[in-house]
Amino acid sequence: MEPSTLTALWALMRRDLTLAYRHRSELLNPLLFFVIVVSLFPLGISPEAKTLQTVAPGVVWVAALLANLLSLDLMFRTDFEDGTLERFLLSPHPLPLLVLAKTAAHWIVVALPMIVFAPVLGQLMFLRPDAYWALLATLILGTPVLSLIGGIGMGLTVGLRRGGVLLSLLILPLYVPVLIFGATAVDAAGAGLDVSGHLSFLGALLLLAITLAPLATSAALRVSLS
Amino acid sequence: MWVWFHKFGSPRYFYDFAGRCIPWLGAACALLMAVGLYLGLFVAPPDYQQGESYRIIFIHVPSAWMSMFVYVVMASSGAVVLIWRVKLAEIIASVSAPLGASFTFLALATGSLWGKPMWGTWWVWDARLTSELILLFLYFGFMALEAAIEDKRTAARATAILSLVGVINIPIIHYSVYWWNTLHQGATVTKMDTPSIHLSMLVPLLLMAVAFQLYYATVLLIGTRTELLSRERRTRWVAEVIRNS
Amino acid sequence: MSAQEFFHMGGYALYVWPAYALSLVVLTGQLWAALRRRRKLIRDIEVQNRSPETHT
Repeated sequence: MEPSTLTALWALMRRDLTLAYRHRSELLNPLLFFVIVVSLFPLGISPEAKTLQTVAPGVVWVAALLANLLSLDLMFRTDFEDGTLERFLLSPHPLPLLVLAKTAAHWIVVALPMIVFAPVLGQLMFLRPDAYWALLATLILGTPVLSLIGGIGMGLTVGLRRGGVLLSLLILPLYVPVLIFGATAVDAAGAGLDVSGHLSFLGALLLLAITLAPLATSAALRVSLS
Repeated sequence: MWVWFHKFGSPRYFYDFAGRCIPWLGAACALLMAVGLYLGLFVAPPDYQQGESYRIIFIHVPSAWMSMFVYVVMASSGAVVLIWRVKLAEIIASVSAPLGASFTFLALATGSLWGKPMWGTWWVWDARLTSELILLFLYFGFMALEAAIEDKRTAARATAILSLVGVINIPIIHYSVYWWNTLHQGATVTKMDTPSIHLSMLVPLLLMAVAFQLYYATVLLIGTRTELLSRERRTRWVAEVIRNS
Repeated sequence: MSAQEFFHMGGYALYVWPAYALSLVVLTGQLWAALRRRRKLIRDIEVQNRSPETHT
């Protein structure tokens, strides 16, 4: 008897998480990258609290964005290389849903540790006390969008030999709205302003991404594997 | 109607039809540009605030409009490629990309040249310029992805997906950048949006806008015909065309 | 407007003329490139058709 789609999705997520756990030494890499990039800014700009506080929201957000971008490889690369990806294409279950499951697993593995660690980095950058909750809220809403959009780019470039840099070129412009609203929300919250509008917009982006991105990623995967 | 649509899908028919259009489009373009430039540079009076420097808008604004228009054409062609796999649509998207990128580059460069006497710097993170810069990245992404895939038909489908994703994102990016810009308004006030434009300036502007459209159509058709010949080089009709040229 | 005034562009000549010159270069450049590509392709196909049929 054929498993229901929901069972299949759950199994897929569990599989990805298990595989990630088996390579748990690599799990830390996106998080380490996140920390290192943030640390570069004081070194490159100035150790002064006042200066760092001004740029803190943007810096933490850009670092999270780049860390997410660099870890996109995890999403489809190994499956592509061992042929599992082709089997997904032949699956009776809708490919967009499979993509959604894989993206969710990717988010848990890559973004969740970053979100948990973000307040610590906020401390390093002297983030304003009122901004911390906004930092967490924007990251929780925004990083799934980054993973979803990243999935599209990954779908388009997974079959290419030197797809890494190309992926960045394709994806970074699309990341801009998330960055703008995420970073300015943290900044505004730090100044004590209301950010419900920003969060609503991020929420809207998230809904849009959840519904449309898997479709684009599926189409891209079918093209890449044709 | 479908017969007409189907006819255009035929390479040979399109090749001949486009070939007949090109001289007319080119001539109309040259004429409108001549009239537009004459009216814009000689007849239109200097601006009250900006003096003579505003005359750059006769290039800047049409370029910016074209940069957006061409991307929409690419995305529309992309949809046709994905749904109906029409080869002509593949070619149109591919030929349009460098043209669109050129318009975007011109919009940025002329915008910068216009801004320097106004703001004192060559670059300002003003909403329109920043949006155009991101659009330029989108064009480069399209061309880079196309170049990275060997098979032309696969490349066409991949770039079609990319352009559709891009076209959905462009309004979002545009809105985000404008919103971001208004937050930091104090530093730079953009003088690029004249609230009401005088007729003597509007007429040359519109003429130049149409001239740019005609230019795009002309160069697009030239490039499309070339690509058609290349893809169909082994057919008899191409051999005949070559013999007659 | 005298010819000199025209070229001077109220002091903004340094900005206006390069803008127009750049546009001219880019637009004619694209046109010229398109025509050149066409001519080259036609030549290539002629050569290909003249030489004995090689294995595709």
